[in-house]
Amino acid sequence: MPVREGTYGLLAEFDTPTELVVAAKKAYADGWRRLDCYTPYPVEEAAEAINFHRNKVPLLTLIGGLMGLAAMFLLETWVSTLAYPLNIGGRPTYSWPAFIVPAYEWTILFAGLSAAFGMLALNGLPELYHPLFNAPNFRDGATTDKFFLCLEALDPKFELAETKKYLQALKPASVVEVEY
Amino acid sequence: MATTELKKHEEGHTETHMAGIDPVTGEYRVIAEGQTFKSVTEEISGVVLNPHTPMGWFAIFGIGGAVATFLLVAVTWLFLKGTGIWGITQPVAWGFAIINFVWWIGIGHAGTLISAILLLFKQSWRNSINRFAEAMTIFAVVCAGMFPLIHVGRPWVAFWMLPYPNTMNLWPQFRSPLLWDVFAVSTYATISVVFWYIGMVPDFGTMRDRAKSKVAQYLYGLVSLGWRGSVRHWMRYETASLLLAGLATPLVLSVHTVISFDFAVAVLPGWHTTIFPPYFVAGAIYSGFAMVLTLAIPLRKAYHLENLVTDRHIDNMGKVMLATGFIVAYGYGMEVFMAWYSASHWEAFMMWNRMFGPMGWSYWVLVACNLVIPLTTLWSRKLRTNPAYMFFISIVVNIGMWFERFVIVVTSLYRDFLPSSWGTYRATKWDYMTYVGTLGLFTALFLLFVRFLPMIPMSEIRMMLPGAKIKPSAVKAGD
Repeated sequence: MPVREGTYGLLAEFDTPTELVVAAKKAYADGWRRLDCYTPYPVEEAAEAINFHRNKVPLLTLIGGLMGLAAMFLLETWVSTLAYPLNIGGRPTYSWPAFIVPAYEWTILFAGLSAAFGMLALNGLPELYHPLFNAPNFRDGATTDKFFLCLEALDPKFELAETKKYLQALKPASVVEVEY
Repeated sequence: MATTELKKHEEGHTETHMAGIDPVTGEYRVIAEGQTFKSVTEEISGVVLNPHTPMGWFAIFGIGGAVATFLLVAVTWLFLKGTGIWGITQPVAWGFAIINFVWWIGIGHAGTLISAILLLFKQSWRNSINRFAEAMTIFAVVCAGMFPLIHVGRPWVAFWMLPYPNTMNLWPQFRSPLLWDVFAVSTYATISVVFWYIGMVPDFGTMRDRAKSKVAQYLYGLVSLGWRGSVRHWMRYETASLLLAGLATPLVLSVHTVISFDFAVAVLPGWHTTIFPPYFVAGAIYSGFAMVLTLAIPLRKAYHLENLVTDRHIDNMGKVMLATGFIVAYGYGMEVFMAWYSASHWEAFMMWNRMFGPMGWSYWVLVACNLVIPLTTLWSRKLRTNPAYMFFISIVVNIGMWFERFVIVVTSLYRDFLPSSWGTYRATKWDYMTYVGTLGLFTALFLLFVRFLPMIPMSEIRMMLPGAKIKPSAVKAGD
């Protein structure tokens, strides 16, 4: 990402989740697309308000789980039949029922790691610096008890003075400009 | 345990005034009245961010650390001399190490049950206790995992159990339950740590923003991964948490099932039985909930968290123990029944010997601690909501469940088919030191957790507060 300068966006602070959802709904209906909400706990209604419904975490988890299953089952089969065949009580070398247990464990292992790290990757985390942390009321607000709506400068509708007025009409507790 | 149930006669209940339906959320209230986003955040993060460490913390940490040195000494001597310093011999080749392994890992299972299965069942009362229950899981798995490793005789080559290409051209034997254990326990440890850490990331964001010292801001900032609470992030996070819970649920059931296979796949009377997997899993949850109570009751008192971990939580855990206790009782009953019904001479003798043989006392300790004391008294709501009594019960069940594993391992092994090979088992001081040492290690690790990490998930508690309710009428009007 190239180093950016200037305004990242305008950040409106709300005291309750209901006010945030109402404001986010209106902003989305008015054609804003580069916008995001920040909340101290998951607010599903706010995600719906900005039209964020689906995510790819389940797909990644499925792919990861299938890879784990295939990897372990094939490894067991190859080891037991070709690489190191052992006679264990006269059982066949390809004794697949016994192979289920480790394959099952690895399905869960790979699926779980894919869910966790896939979620972080899709979220673009870790990202230790973010312009929003420059806003004076963001830190300790967004992670404690305040609800934020951010209209980003990258949106074609963004016009500093106009947008500020627009946000103030939504009756937030405050509107601040966020710099990069 | 439905959160919507109504209990009229509890209205006058004193102390935390936990009874009743919250008028705003319309749900059964589990958190004390009058809490706000700010108050819960301050209460929970304050425990960690407070620069003053209570003397009691140092005292208990000191004791835990001192006891943990027993482990260090015992393991060092073990590495020098070999497993001969333990009481294990023929025919009892599995002694304390395997008993402690199964006991510790069983304790860990309640943490996963609380964090995963109760999440899937939408039991929101779990939110107050899931974080430290998960921490308990991880520290219990640390203690558990050590025992098979030091039991292998040459622990420095324990990695030979893993399938990897090597110059000896050796590969592991995938048809053995002992190898299944390697995969089950390592997966369990990994997924538990990941689930625990991912659950803490948003709370680390809160800690980063509330910390006053630069060092704390820097360290919490690093582990928070830059969490900023975007709703897009939250939605993916919620999906991932739910998926991890959905994966951890079959995992926890499979782990103790695989551990029970270590016994059940053998042909030994007392081990060779199909009831072991469900009976082991139920026993694990039984002892795990007991351990959660052992930890939660002193913790909420020491840190004044009675508003967040209420009597209702203790009551609910008592109910889970009652239910799993009866499954365990069914397991014991079935073992006795099958000893007779199988018409197998060896099975019948094993059961008679287990009850009335030279080590019969251990069977009756188990019956008293796991069945008689808890299952007759946990019916009473009055006793279930009495923290002192529940603490006592939790200790009793922990002891009883340790003896269950002692009975399974030792009394099955010491008198098997051939009287000429009968023997006995006597644990040595090194066995005791290793076991007591893991208790110290567990205590020390848990106290570090309480001091440096948020022990109650703040973001999940916030979701349960009346202030988190979106007013549908206002949102409609905004359209």
